[in-house]
Amino acid sequence: MLTILIADDETPARNRLRDLLGDIAEVRIVAEAKNGKEAIDLAMQTKPDLMLLDIRMPLMDGIEAAQHAQKLEPKPHIIFTTAFDAYAIKAFDLNAIDYLLKPIRLERLQTAIDKAQALKPKQIDALKPLQKSRTHLSIHERGRVILVPVEQIIYLRAELKYITVRTAEREYLIEESLTHLENEFGERFVRLHRNCLVAPLFIAGYEKRHIQQSVEQNLESNNGENSDNVNEQRWVALLKGIPETVAISRRQQHLVRET
Amino acid sequence: MRKNSRLPNFHNLGIHLRILLIVNLLAANTAVLFSKQLTEFLPLLAELSAVVQPILLLSMLVLYALYPLINKLPYWLGIAVILLLEISLTFFVFVFFNKLFLFATIPDPYRACLLTAIVTSIVFYYFHLQQRAYSPAIAEARLQALQARIRPHFLFNSINAVLSLIRSQPKRAETALEDMADLFRVLMADNRDLVPLAQEIALSRQYLALEKLRLDERLKVTWQIEDMPPDALIPPLILQPLLENAVYHGIEPMADGGEIIVTIYTRHKELHIYISNPYSAQNQHLTGNKMALKNIKERLSLHFDLEAALRAQAKEDRYEVHIRLPLTR
Repeated sequence: MLTILIADDETPARNRLRDLLGDIAEVRIVAEAKNGKEAIDLAMQTKPDLMLLDIRMPLMDGIEAAQHAQKLEPKPHIIFTTAFDAYAIKAFDLNAIDYLLKPIRLERLQTAIDKAQALKPKQIDALKPLQKSRTHLSIHERGRVILVPVEQIIYLRAELKYITVRTAEREYLIEESLTHLENEFGERFVRLHRNCLVAPLFIAGYEKRHIQQSVEQNLESNNGENSDNVNEQRWVALLKGIPETVAISRRQQHLVRET
Repeated sequence: MRKNSRLPNFHNLGIHLRILLIVNLLAANTAVLFSKQLTEFLPLLAELSAVVQPILLLSMLVLYALYPLINKLPYWLGIAVILLLEISLTFFVFVFFNKLFLFATIPDPYRACLLTAIVTSIVFYYFHLQQRAYSPAIAEARLQALQARIRPHFLFNSINAVLSLIRSQPKRAETALEDMADLFRVLMADNRDLVPLAQEIALSRQYLALEKLRLDERLKVTWQIEDMPPDALIPPLILQPLLENAVYHGIEPMADGGEIIVTIYTRHKELHIYISNPYSAQNQHLTGNKMALKNIKERLSLHFDLEAALRAQAKEDRYEVHIRLPLTR
């Protein structure tokens, strides 16, 4: 028995898929989601073998959901469904990814299910979500996948090989490169320091502090930039909702003056 | 209400502005030609204007008044009538001026009449060229209207929605297919003639019924059209594509959907149409196209020149399109 999760924001589209899957033997629908985020949450609970993801969905589109789904254990097979999306379809064809065109034919669905294979991460990574950037970061933690909405992130800070993702509630660790994140979310964050991207929305103000007193010592504060004078005063950004501060590198101090 | 003559529409402000501009440019040009030094230019232009402006304004008035009659004539006959009209107007003004001011040296009215004939011909040649430039656009506009209307996304999703109804609610599936048939009949029709507003609204409602099928309670529509004149004439497919845009950009990207508000009323002999939908800069379809807006703008200016306008703007959390066009019945 193959367990299936279907995700589509339109009720009739889900009904149609349910009807069709009802005509196929040896399959069972374990969850129905209305958007990509719900699909990931439900997939964590129900561990489906296969996810049928619509591409155009609110909150999180199908392509981004597929990317987050790569972190699920066990990794589900993924088949995309779409009514029409010239851009996505081109990307699928280029990367030999299976997709179904709505309205879906029974035989076509049957074939796709028969040969459903997990997509290789390389194929999934090659796809760009319909949105300009991801709506969520997915964090793999103790066998679970946590979706952190990008708009809740206060800062992203590179530490050794990890990046700390800070929200008002807590910190998470992800393995990505800060430069890559800056490219993707450049509109949302400013680089206050070589190792730190901060969301301006969460900046409460700026303050001048002695470097030793600064609560947040930056890892490389003693190499390079200010080794000449340890007692030097430095600007830090105060953040809304959390006690930590973020040091501002000298190169970025013009940001303070501009506010 | 297709214009059956290729004569310029003398009831249109844009046409009159163009005539003013061309004639005054020619007058200025003449002043430059006859002034030996640049200092002579302005006095000479003023002198010319004293004669040119009365003739110009008078003929614009007469053309405005006689347009309904002239417009019934075949093109060449219409041109001939207008030429004759202009020449007699010039003659009349000159005779009148002579009586009034008793010029020492009586300017030759026949020379002035010849000049008027030449200027009138130049103006007509301009409008002829302008029309030539637009006429492929009119044919193309029809094609564009067709292409811009049928968003494949909508077509396939609707077919999919109807398919989902066939097993469980065959009656609703029937209605939906009938709505689709009506919608596509209009989309594929020759859409050059103006249609009554009520007809466009009926079409829009059928379209929204189809979208409602897919989006269910996510789509809410409020019509504020109590003060609308149902018999006002508008270019077809002005409202429906804007609603399609509103659904595509304003409702679909929102998980909880939202409300589209349509407001239509008349003020000062103008028809105002407002369409507003929820808007969030962050949840935008990346692949959204500005085709529909551009297409409607082009068709509005083909029909009404400067007298119609389309403005679109995002205000905080709503996106609003405003169309203003002259009230015709």
